[in-house]
Amino acid sequence: MTDVAERQSPSAPSTFNTAKWAVSDILTVTKRNLIHSIRIPEALFFSSLQPIMFVLLFRYVFGGAIPVPGVSYVNYLMPGIFVQTLCFGAVSTSIGLAEDLQSGLLERFRALPMSRSAVLGGRTTADVFRNVFVITLMTAVGLAVGFRPVATVAQYALACGIMLLFSYALMWGFAWIGLNAANAEVAQLMSFPLLFPLTFCSSAFVPVNTLPTWLQGFAENQPVSVVVNASRSLMVGGPFHSPGSVWKALAWSLGILVVLVPLAVRSYRRA
Amino acid sequence: MDMANGLAVEASGLTKVFRKGEVRALDGFDLEVPIGQVVGLLGPNGSGKTTAVRVLSTVLRPDSGHASIMGYDVTKQAGAVRRTIGLAGQYATVDEHLTGTENLVMVGRLCHLSRPSVAPRAAELMEQFGLSDAADRPVKTYSGGMRRRLDLAAALVARPPVLFLDEPTTGLDPQSRLGLWDVIEALVQGGTTVLLTTQYLEEADRLADRIVVIDHGKVIAKGTPAELKADLGATVLELTLESDEAAASAAITLADLSGKAPFVDGSHIELTVEEGPAIAAEALRRIDADGFSLLGLSLHEPSLDDVFLSLTGRKVEVDSAAVAAGNTRKGRKNSKEPA
Repeated sequence: MTDVAERQSPSAPSTFNTAKWAVSDILTVTKRNLIHSIRIPEALFFSSLQPIMFVLLFRYVFGGAIPVPGVSYVNYLMPGIFVQTLCFGAVSTSIGLAEDLQSGLLERFRALPMSRSAVLGGRTTADVFRNVFVITLMTAVGLAVGFRPVATVAQYALACGIMLLFSYALMWGFAWIGLNAANAEVAQLMSFPLLFPLTFCSSAFVPVNTLPTWLQGFAENQPVSVVVNASRSLMVGGPFHSPGSVWKALAWSLGILVVLVPLAVRSYRRA
Repeated sequence: MDMANGLAVEASGLTKVFRKGEVRALDGFDLEVPIGQVVGLLGPNGSGKTTAVRVLSTVLRPDSGHASIMGYDVTKQAGAVRRTIGLAGQYATVDEHLTGTENLVMVGRLCHLSRPSVAPRAAELMEQFGLSDAADRPVKTYSGGMRRRLDLAAALVARPPVLFLDEPTTGLDPQSRLGLWDVIEALVQGGTTVLLTTQYLEEADRLADRIVVIDHGKVIAKGTPAELKADLGATVLELTLESDEAAASAAITLADLSGKAPFVDGSHIELTVEEGPAIAAEALRRIDADGFSLLGLSLHEPSLDDVFLSLTGRKVEVDSAAVAAGNTRKGRKNSKEPA
């Protein structure tokens, strides 16, 4: 039987090969997803436009009415809007997977000898690349509208790393949504009831102590606020200096990954 | 595990129930595909063809039963099965935004072909399937026929010995269909084992060595196209009458004469019989005596369409319950016959 297996199998699996090919498979799927981003430039253009408009909206329309003690509103705002943008961007993970599921491409992938984790691994890896692009673009927009971080380059990079890790963790939840939604539109609709309370009932746009007392407990401790606080501590410092929030943000991200990765993988196997 | 039996695909007692709506998509499905043969899995929409292919290609786990591909169990040795098969068809698709070549390279890499070997293999397939000119265009610019050819090429990148084609020509125009048939025939010449699902009898007739007819998730008949047609009777008699009532009356006359159940569709009647000309002559006399007039009459060799109609009873609209019961019995009887 071994003979037959080797003759028929382009590569007979061993433990080392399995790991090597799992990485290769993830990269192959990542490349495919990145090609999509390039081939559909209008999707990238409009998904970049929305966060820019949020920056302008809060900087020039709402910002004047939101007093923040100690720093300019634009400095307060930018770490928050980074995290909000990355959270909203995670919806595209669910849309992408729902589209692949609908189109039948996942059906073909499931009949291939590729690693079972490659579709989700490739999707989320490609989305991390997209997020690096988004953070870079928004940093430039922020600087143009008066954002003046006090962080060193290393601190700024660490803040970006924390936000990227958090958005990576969130993607697995959205992957789970994408695999369980009837289609891409439903996946998108399912995402927003989660995203709005998390991003807006947080320290992203307003100081939490301005919220009603009953809401403050949630707003102060939920993960988006924790990650925003960590980034703000590193980027803006001053009254927002809070080294503890950095550790809390890392803990939240890892905790979310531990719960959501198995959930999404299980859905992929069954979808 | 052993392949001494010479079977590329072997399935016994497969069942699959979809929880939503409690649909029994497979209900004790059996199948044997000998190495090097083309077996056509024939059935109407919703008969369980696609579910069977999805189970055999490891995409879906069966609720019960056993299936193996080249001796590898589809549930316990899914990895080995995936290295043995190629899957193409209506539900397995290609990526619209990649070019044709990029699609084949992606699938080749995911089949774990080495990086240096995958590009020449992709180019070779694009050439073989007449897609070289479109190789560097995104697939969304392809016609339906080109897309299906690329889909088939993607299933062949790793040279699998067993190929599943799920309704490969559904939705194609006749010319593209003919083109795809030529391609599939060439593959079979090369020794590939093929399981082909189709709702087109012409397709099964042309491509398949053996045909398995499936309905409600079960095999209801199997054999070579010639055997299936022979089982049915020597001649197909078709009559068109002046009205539906006339047809209903004539159907009873024909059932009386032949002892078999005619199919009635409006004013049209179809019946397969041994003594075609004799029964036709007698039927004409009686219909005339009943005062009905005939608009059309033909006698011809049975086609797979007739086999299908007879087995699945889809078009049966005969009033008599006894006649309908006769049809069901015929279907059941055939299912027990060994291939």
